[in-house]
Amino acid sequence: MGENLIHATDADFEEKVEKSEGYLVVDWWAEWCGPCKMVGPVMESLAGKLDGKVTFAKVNVDDAGAAATRYGVMSIPTIMLFKDGKNVEQIVGALPEDALEKWINENAT
Amino acid sequence: MGDELIDILIVGAGPAGLTAGLYGARSGSRTVVLEEMQPGGQVATTETVENYPGFVEAVGGADLANAMAEQAKVYGAEIRGGVSVKSLGLGDDGLPLVGTTAGDIRARSCIVASGASPRKLGVPGEEKFRGRGVSYCATCDANFFRGQHVAVVGGGDTAVEEATYLAKIVERVTIIHRRDRFRADKIVQERALAKENVSVRWNSTVKSIEGEQKVTHLVLDTPEGEAKLECGGVFVFVGYIPRGEFIGDALETDGRGYIVTGAEMATSLKGYWAAGDIRSKAMRQIVSACGEGATAAFHCIRYVEEQLGTTYPGRQG
Repeated sequence: MGENLIHATDADFEEKVEKSEGYLVVDWWAEWCGPCKMVGPVMESLAGKLDGKVTFAKVNVDDAGAAATRYGVMSIPTIMLFKDGKNVEQIVGALPEDALEKWINENAT
Repeated sequence: MGDELIDILIVGAGPAGLTAGLYGARSGSRTVVLEEMQPGGQVATTETVENYPGFVEAVGGADLANAMAEQAKVYGAEIRGGVSVKSLGLGDDGLPLVGTTAGDIRARSCIVASGASPRKLGVPGEEKFRGRGVSYCATCDANFFRGQHVAVVGGGDTAVEEATYLAKIVERVTIIHRRDRFRADKIVQERALAKENVSVRWNSTVKSIEGEQKVTHLVLDTPEGEAKLECGGVFVFVGYIPRGEFIGDALETDGRGYIVTGAEMATSLKGYWAAGDIRSKAMRQIVSACGEGATAAFHCIRYVEEQLGTTYPGRQG
């Protein structure tokens, strides 16, 4: 896992996500979710490609149930874009890399 | 990328594409499978598979998908993930030329095995509540509805099977089906209806999906008139639509976007074959996808041999 891709749980969600600056992409996932595992490698690839512009965080809903509830995550994979700690955009469902990259570029201006 | 000429290029790494990849690689042909995300296709998201031959006890969908991918790779198939196909055509040499997000790829033969994705209901509220109570994947989202009442829309194998799976996790399930009987296999039906927390609204359809921050209820059209069904979520399993958005006019398709082929999997364009759920046909199952992938690969191998002048003498036509 590269440096531009971190993990967050309930214990450090506030510190790593809500107190972050700039653009942060959060990938909500779980071990038992097939499409989430498809998105995983895409996140790693984009974290490399967009290093310096956007940071990436993977959040396992089993380790972040309270945060998931707070943010209304009821379907995974859900990908949220945070700007300076606030959720500004989100997508539900798996997408291929080029579509995800386009979405990020369009919204992280 | 511009100089490579792949023997067998496969679009899609679901069961059809992976089986084609396996057969292609084992024949010694340079075989590449292009995949938008990661290998597995629809199999990867189903909890268990009971009707794939060779497994007396059910096999997990993701396990089966992973095994198919590993097997193809073991024999030398190359799977390129994160590549989306944008167009199909022929190069100046009359051989397949496939436009992708990773550039144009030349091939001696090509198999389109891009599969299908879930069809939506197309009712008000469906888009709005996507991810906030509306789901198309039980294995992904069942756990968010523990202790709640959820609705399942559909009457085929997927709807009834997923309803049974959901019933183990949520408080209760109501299946909403527009006809008076299920299309699903008898054994699948019996298992669902035997569950105490599964009930059915027959001859009913969903008119709209309603809620505030998330889904709170559905409005149904039933034989007794309009009805309200309170629920925390709705899982939609009403069929599939073909993943053929990149085909355009390149290949002949039927009225619904599925690729027309004969029994030998050949499409209307020389050098292109199709396999799996993307084909126009009556039955869409993992086992048929695999059979068609192998058949398509068989013909690609022969087409490649023709081009290379290495056709084995005496092969049947």
